[in-house]
Amino acid sequence: MNITSETPKKIRAVLVDDEQLARQVLREFVAAHADMEIVAECSNGFEAVKAVTEQKPDLIFLDVQMPKLDGFEVLELIGRETAVVFVTAYDNYAIKAFEVHAVDYLLKPFSADRFDAALTRAKQRLSGATTQKTPAAADLAASARPPAQYLDRIAVREGSQVSIIPVAKLDYAEAQDDYVALATAAKKHLKQQTISNLETSLDPARFMRIHRSYIVNLERVAKVEPYGKDTHVAILSTGVQIPVSRAGYARLKAFLDR
Amino acid sequence: MHPIFAQLRRLFLYLLVWFFVSLLLAYLLTVSHDVSIRDALVLSIPLCIFYAFICLSAWYSCRRNLPEKYSLSRLLGTHVMTALIASIIWSFAAEGLAHGLSKTAAFTGLSQRFRPEVPLIFGTGLLLYLLSVAFYYVVISVESSRDAEARVMKASVLARDAELKALKAQVNPHFLFNSLNSISALTSSDPAKAREMCILLGDFLRRTLGLGEKAAIPLDEELSLIRAFLAVEKVRFGARIQMEEDIDKEALTVPVPPLLLQPLVENAVVHGIANLVEGGYIRLGIHTRDGVVSINVANSFDPDAPAKRRSGVGLANVRQRLQTRYGNLASFAVKTEGDCFRVALTLPAEVEVQPA
Repeated sequence: MNITSETPKKIRAVLVDDEQLARQVLREFVAAHADMEIVAECSNGFEAVKAVTEQKPDLIFLDVQMPKLDGFEVLELIGRETAVVFVTAYDNYAIKAFEVHAVDYLLKPFSADRFDAALTRAKQRLSGATTQKTPAAADLAASARPPAQYLDRIAVREGSQVSIIPVAKLDYAEAQDDYVALATAAKKHLKQQTISNLETSLDPARFMRIHRSYIVNLERVAKVEPYGKDTHVAILSTGVQIPVSRAGYARLKAFLDR
Repeated sequence: MHPIFAQLRRLFLYLLVWFFVSLLLAYLLTVSHDVSIRDALVLSIPLCIFYAFICLSAWYSCRRNLPEKYSLSRLLGTHVMTALIASIIWSFAAEGLAHGLSKTAAFTGLSQRFRPEVPLIFGTGLLLYLLSVAFYYVVISVESSRDAEARVMKASVLARDAELKALKAQVNPHFLFNSLNSISALTSSDPAKAREMCILLGDFLRRTLGLGEKAAIPLDEELSLIRAFLAVEKVRFGARIQMEEDIDKEALTVPVPPLLLQPLVENAVVHGIANLVEGGYIRLGIHTRDGVVSINVANSFDPDAPAKRRSGVGLANVRQRLQTRYGNLASFAVKTEGDCFRVALTLPAEVEVQPA
């Protein structure tokens, strides 16, 4: 235990908002705290992911509605190490999600007192004073989506590089431990997410879980052939063969016979 | 009101029908025995006109005895009873008339010659009365179904009115809260600008007040509203918004439903400009030709932008309101070309603002 040399380490923060004036409010409120330091200001989602990857900040103030990537997509991509305080004007679904999951959320316009309260909560989270576990970013993003609205694109980060995959280009998804491999014609992208979580956010009319480890784009399925005693294999229009479980085959057959 | 008395034309038609009935009755009277056609007509025409009025009373008994309220046997009992009474009255009237006529020189002995025909008169009277009852029941059912239809229509019109009113009066909460946040930022860095923003916001809000109650406003007023809206948004987005206008002067006085174009411009900002890092343009073109106003709202947008919540609600609302007000005289089309999003609508150039 090193109690004597307590030079307080500054909290490194990133501000993300596409409106210059909105960043200005945050900057002003942060400036009142000597133990804080702004390491980057970003005006869109791509910049935010890049800044967070490179700077590894402790705390990020994140707007929800932004060009390129919205706040939830950014959150999905930056992982769990950074504490996130959402800053938004008005969003019913998002507010519900914040209440459950986020460190805190600030509703524009907010007072300096309210900002300080959010900061205190963030500090508690950072020092590990709360035992509350940060939820998986993808789960948070999923619960912020309005009911019955499915993803039409998936954001993937590899290093500080962000790719956007429209779901129409997704051939199939394969579970690989804590990751899913998203296969498109061009390449396979790895994303930290469970396959069950991905399944719930894809439109069931277009995508089907045909195996414990596979979700397939139904448009790509060319034919289904028997494989071994009890199982089948789906052959995609790209020629790729994907195993089909018994339950998956029943579902797939019901769809194809329709 | 009795349906036959409701219009003079109906009464005339009704009596015409009874006139033909009287001819039929006259024929029946001459078929047997020794009543001449002349005697038969002299008897049957006044008798039928008399009975026509007696049968009018069937309407009231039908109204009092609606089929859905009473059992069939009770209805039958009631109407057969009244039919018997009406028919007996008619038969007595016929005898009385024959008796009276036989006192004149031209019809001596008519009373005796007519006597065997009284059962015929009685039977016909019974039948005619019951036919009247059936006729009035048909009238009642037609009327009640028409009433129900009108009620459903009125209810749906009222519901749509209320819905439109609610949609029109609504200022997007995003817009309001973000604007307030901009003011909050400016109060410390640029108080004069903060005050200006308050004034711009106040100006816009004041213009939207009470618009929900108006059926139409001059296009010019709608344009002022749009400019007030954009003045506020320009403080937030700065140089990211470029507005271009190309508007025919003749169009300025044309009445349009209030807040018809503002949602389109707001859409252009929220779904277009707000998703572009470098910002973009909004082009508003309004032209009149041959009594038709064509309005174009075009804006740049990011085709790869994430699909926004609530997207399309504003457009659907505008389309619906055009449809409600102008029906087939208006058109509404949405087009996407590359990174340009365009809403094109046409509406008839009405001359005057109609009172609400």
